[in-house]
Amino acid sequence: MSKTITIDGQIIPFEEGQTIMEAATEAGVYIPHLCHNPEFTPHGSCKLCTVNVNGRTCSACTFPAMEGQQILNDAKDINEDRKKITQMLFVEGNHFCPSCEKTGNCQLQAVAYHLNMLDDHFPLFYPHREMDASHAEVLIDHNRCIFCTLCVRASQQKDGKDVFAISGRGINKHLIVNAESGLLKDSELKATDQAAHVCPTGAILIKRTGYQIPIGERIYDHTQIDQVSLNSENLQHDN
Amino acid sequence: MNTFIHDLIEINRYQPNHLLHILRAVQAHYHYIPKAAIEQIADLLAISRTQIISVIEFYSFFHLTPQGQYEILISDSITDHLLGKHELAAYLEEQLNLKIGEVRADGLVSLANTSCTGLCDQGPAGLVNGHALPRLNKPKIDQITALINQQTPLEAWPQELFQVDDNLIKSDLLLSAPITQGEALQSAFKRGLKETLNELDISGLRGRGGAGFKTATKWKFCSEELNDERIVVCNADEGEPGTFKDRVLLNSYAHQVYEGMTLCAAIIGAQKGFLYLRGEYLHLYEKLEAILAERRQAGLLGLNIINTDFNFDIEICLGAGAYICGEESALIESLEGKMGVPRNRPPYPVTHGYLGKPTVVNNVETFLAAASIAVNGGDWFASIGTDKSKGTKILSICGDCAQPGIYEYPFGTDIQTILDDCGASDVLGVQIGGPSGTFISNKEFSRQLAFEDLATGGSFIVFNEQRNILDIVNNFTHFFAHESCGFCTPCRVGTSLLKNQLDKIVDGHGSAGDVVALEELCQIVKKQSHCGLGQTAANPILTTLERYPELYQAQLKKISYEPGFDLDGALETARRLAKRDDAAAHLAQVEE
Repeated sequence: MSKTITIDGQIIPFEEGQTIMEAATEAGVYIPHLCHNPEFTPHGSCKLCTVNVNGRTCSACTFPAMEGQQILNDAKDINEDRKKITQMLFVEGNHFCPSCEKTGNCQLQAVAYHLNMLDDHFPLFYPHREMDASHAEVLIDHNRCIFCTLCVRASQQKDGKDVFAISGRGINKHLIVNAESGLLKDSELKATDQAAHVCPTGAILIKRTGYQIPIGERIYDHTQIDQVSLNSENLQHDN
Repeated sequence: MNTFIHDLIEINRYQPNHLLHILRAVQAHYHYIPKAAIEQIADLLAISRTQIISVIEFYSFFHLTPQGQYEILISDSITDHLLGKHELAAYLEEQLNLKIGEVRADGLVSLANTSCTGLCDQGPAGLVNGHALPRLNKPKIDQITALINQQTPLEAWPQELFQVDDNLIKSDLLLSAPITQGEALQSAFKRGLKETLNELDISGLRGRGGAGFKTATKWKFCSEELNDERIVVCNADEGEPGTFKDRVLLNSYAHQVYEGMTLCAAIIGAQKGFLYLRGEYLHLYEKLEAILAERRQAGLLGLNIINTDFNFDIEICLGAGAYICGEESALIESLEGKMGVPRNRPPYPVTHGYLGKPTVVNNVETFLAAASIAVNGGDWFASIGTDKSKGTKILSICGDCAQPGIYEYPFGTDIQTILDDCGASDVLGVQIGGPSGTFISNKEFSRQLAFEDLATGGSFIVFNEQRNILDIVNNFTHFFAHESCGFCTPCRVGTSLLKNQLDKIVDGHGSAGDVVALEELCQIVKKQSHCGLGQTAANPILTTLERYPELYQAQLKKISYEPGFDLDGALETARRLAKRDDAAAHLAQVEE
C-alpha cells in the first residue's frame, strides 16, 4: 500500500523522498509558489508555499511528505498570510504592472490575482535600483527582482555556468552578475540559456520580444496561475 | 598584493572553506577587499568571484570600499545607550572630525555603528580594527584621537585601553569548581563512553544557547548516523545583545570548554572540531590558540588522546559580524566559507551538518557543563534546578544595576532574588533572553529562571524607572532589521516594515489603526519566517504591546489617518521654481 498525506481533507499518495509540493502537484493540488520550479533544487525562500503541517508552519517546496501528515493548504488564514507575503514582495521592489512588458506573463502578478490582492497594503519602499541593458539580447531590470534565485539555479544546474548570485544582507539583498565588470555583457550568459528565461517576474527579459504577444492574449490573461502551473509542471514531470 | 594573497591562500591550503579567514586577513591588511584581490582569490581557490562578493557584502566587517587605516566601530547595543553612547559618539565625531558612517578624507580613520560587542558590563564599548575598546569615556576618546592623528601603530597603543574584565560575581555549581585538565576525559574513559553518555542523560542537561534541546539526545542521534566522519562545533557566536558570558567562559574556563568538546568527540566518534568565535571576540583569539597548543602538548588533543586510540583536534574559525551566524545551520554555512544563511530543515545538522557530515553544534556553556558532568556524574547536576530545567544557568547581567557581570544561578531562581543580588532598584522591567526573548514588567518578578517559565541564553538586561520603553523596543527592532539575512520574504521585508512602522509611531506620525497594523505585521513575521531570527524579531514589540498598550496609543495623533505621502512637501520644488510661498501655494495634508 502506498503512503499518503492529507491536504485539506483530500487523501494524496506520495513516494518516499517527495516533498509536500511534489506530491500535491502530482495529485493536481495547487500550492501557490514563486521561488519554486520543479526543474531545480527547491529553495524555500519566498514562503508563498507556506502550509500548516500537523499544526506547524512549513514550506511545502522543501518539507518532505511523511505518512499521515494532516496538511492545511487552501485555508482562509493561510491564503491571507500568502497575500501579505505577496504584498511584501510588491512594496519591496518597484513593480508597476501597467508599464511592465511582462504583464500578463508575470507569475508575481498572477499569484497576486490568484490571492485576490487588490492593493499594496504596506507602505512602498521605492528603492533606488539600477538597470543593466549592456547585453545585446538580455536585459536586467533590478526593480523587479524578488530574489527567488531561479536564474542562479538555472545557470548553475541547467546551463552549466555560474552567471548569477544573490549578494548583500537583509533588505539590501541584490542580484549580481559574474563578470569582472559586473555587467551582463561581460558574463557568459547567452539569450538561449535557461537562466535568461526562468525569471518569474520582469527582472530578466529577452530584448525585442516584449510585445510580440499582445496584452490580453498572454498566459495569465485568461487562465488562473493554479491551472497554468499544474498543467505545465505535470507536463514537465511526465517528460 | 600578488605575493601577499598568494601566501595567504597557501597558508590556508587552497581551501574555499577558509574564505572567511582569508577575507579577514585581506580586510586587516588593506582595510577593504580590493577588486584585484577578489579576482586573485577566485582564481586560486577555483570559486566564482560572485561567491566572494556575496560573502563580503553579507558580513558587516568586510568592505568593498576603503575604510580608514583605523576602523572604529561603536557598539549600538541598548546597554551602551544606557551608559551614554549617544553623547560619547557625538564627542567622538567631533574629535575625529568625522560623521558616523563615513571615512575621513585623509583615509586615516573611519567610524561606524556596530551591533552589540559583548562588553555590556563595561560599555560604552567600541572596536578598533577588530580589537575591543571597553569603558570608553571622554579622556579615552581624547587619547585615542591623539594616537590616531599621530598614526601610532595599534601594537604601540597603551594596553589598558584594551583591558577587558571578567566581572565574575556569583559562582555556583559549575564556576566555583572547575575541573582540572584532562579530568573529564579520564573519568569518561574510565567509566566507559556509553556510560558517560548515560550520565549526561541522567543530568538532564539541555542546550544553553536558549532553545534547550536535550544534550544527551543530540549526541546520541549524531553518534547513530552512519558516516565515517562526524564533527563537533562549539557555537561561540555570542551575538544576542546583552550576552557576554561566553566571553568570560572562554577567557577563564577555555580548558574546560575544549574538554567538553573533546568529550563530545569521544562519545559521538568525531575527529574534527571547530570553535566558531564571533569576530567581536578577536581579543581572545591568540589566547585560545595558545590553549589549544598547550592541550596538544599535554596529550589532550591530537593523536592518541590520553594514550587511547582516540584522535581529535580543534580549529578556531572567526566570524565577521553577523548575528544570524548564531543560528546553528547559518553557523555551519559560515564555517564552510559562505554567507550565513540558515538552511532548510530537515535535514538537521545532526545528520547533515558541516560539509554534509553529522554534526553536533552546542553552546560554549553546554560543553563546559558536560565536562563537569563527566567528572561529577549526572545526579550531581540533576539534584539542582527544576523539574524540566536541571542544573544552573550562567547569566550576563547588565543595564541599570550596581554590579553588572557574570552570575551563576540554579534554575528555578526567581527574578527578584537576581535583581537584589546585582543591586538593581527602581526597576521598570527586565529584558530576559535579549531582544529575541521577553520583556517582563515589575509586576512579574516572582517568575522563575527556567525553560518552562523564562528561558534565556544568558542575556539579562535591567531597566530602571527612568527608561523609555519605546526607545528600548526601537533599538531592538532596528537591530533585527539590520541583522536579517534576507533569505525569506517575511523576515527580509517584514523586519524592515516593522522598523518603519515603529519609527512612524515613535516619531509621532502614527494615527488610529497604526498600532493594529503594527501588531498584525508582528504576527505574520513571527509565524511565517524561516528561522529563529524572524520568528522572534517581533518579540520586543509584542511583549511590550501586551504589557503597556497605553504607551503605544499615547503616541498616536488624534486624527483618523496621516497620508504616507507628504503632499505639501511634494510642492516644494514647484514653489521654489515659481518663487511663491503664499497660502495658496500650500496644501493641507489632511482636510480638517
